[in-house]
Amino acid sequence: MTHNTSKDYIGAKIGMWLFLFTEILLFGGLFVLYSVYLHRYPEEFHLAGQELNVYFGTANTLVLLTSSFSMALSITALQKGNKKLCMILLTITMILACVFLFNKYLEWGAKIHHGIYPDSPTLLERPKGEIIFFGLYYVMTGLHGLHVLIGSFIILIVLILVAKNRVTSSDFVAVENTGLYWHLVDMIWIYLFPLFYLVV
Amino acid sequence: MHAEEEHIVEFKVLFKVLIALFMLTGLTVLAGSVDLGYFSVAVALLIATAKASLVVFFFMHLKYEGGLFKIMVLLAFVILAIFIGFTFFDVAFRTN
Repeated sequence: MTHNTSKDYIGAKIGMWLFLFTEILLFGGLFVLYSVYLHRYPEEFHLAGQELNVYFGTANTLVLLTSSFSMALSITALQKGNKKLCMILLTITMILACVFLFNKYLEWGAKIHHGIYPDSPTLLERPKGEIIFFGLYYVMTGLHGLHVLIGSFIILIVLILVAKNRVTSSDFVAVENTGLYWHLVDMIWIYLFPLFYLVV
Repeated sequence: MHAEEEHIVEFKVLFKVLIALFMLTGLTVLAGSVDLGYFSVAVALLIATAKASLVVFFFMHLKYEGGLFKIMVLLAFVILAIFIGFTFFDVAFRTN
């Protein structure tokens, strides 16, 4: 039985990584779009990018990095057999995910309040490059936000599994794969943040 | 289980990685406030890649995985670099 678990363990992780590669390609396609349009409309991207709030972006970066940290800690805690600490850390990760999404809600809300959302009359009056910038902004941060939402649900499920002793210190691949997904979401934000808030 | 599968990353190591990630975030914000022209994109991507590497190697445990995992991840990023890079070559050097 132990032998079988060990085989499953590597297989499960390889499967997760393969899934993550498809996610990387999904976002990779959007990054290609971004780089091509940045090259075509550098001034418009510059002007539109300055309208985004750097403080919100930086705060959300720190929140997401910390959530990745607590996720990684929860795996270490479980491996060491500390179930309670693992559950506390998973809960913290979920709370930080909610903080991130709440910040995003405030940020999007402010933009939408100013009439800047895809296909809005105010936005359509602007130069083409700025329309594309905000289009990419909503699509890329929206798709990323969806991943944060899905990730926090998966963390909740894994938290319940740990509580029910279905995931334990000797069989923790579910937590580890959840962690892999969560860190990928963090990694995508690491690239989104400078590209939208800082560079242009 | 094999020893490499059971590797436990200590709290202390993870904490150091978090501090490094915070410092790199500060650096990227700082670099963003300086006008470096075309280099600003390169600098931002370089810092982002440093951060992503820390996440992949320590938080995602790639440093402690076997060769198969390392080759797989490397291959995925090489493919990504090819398809972003080649698209960009085309766009950058195309003359209408």
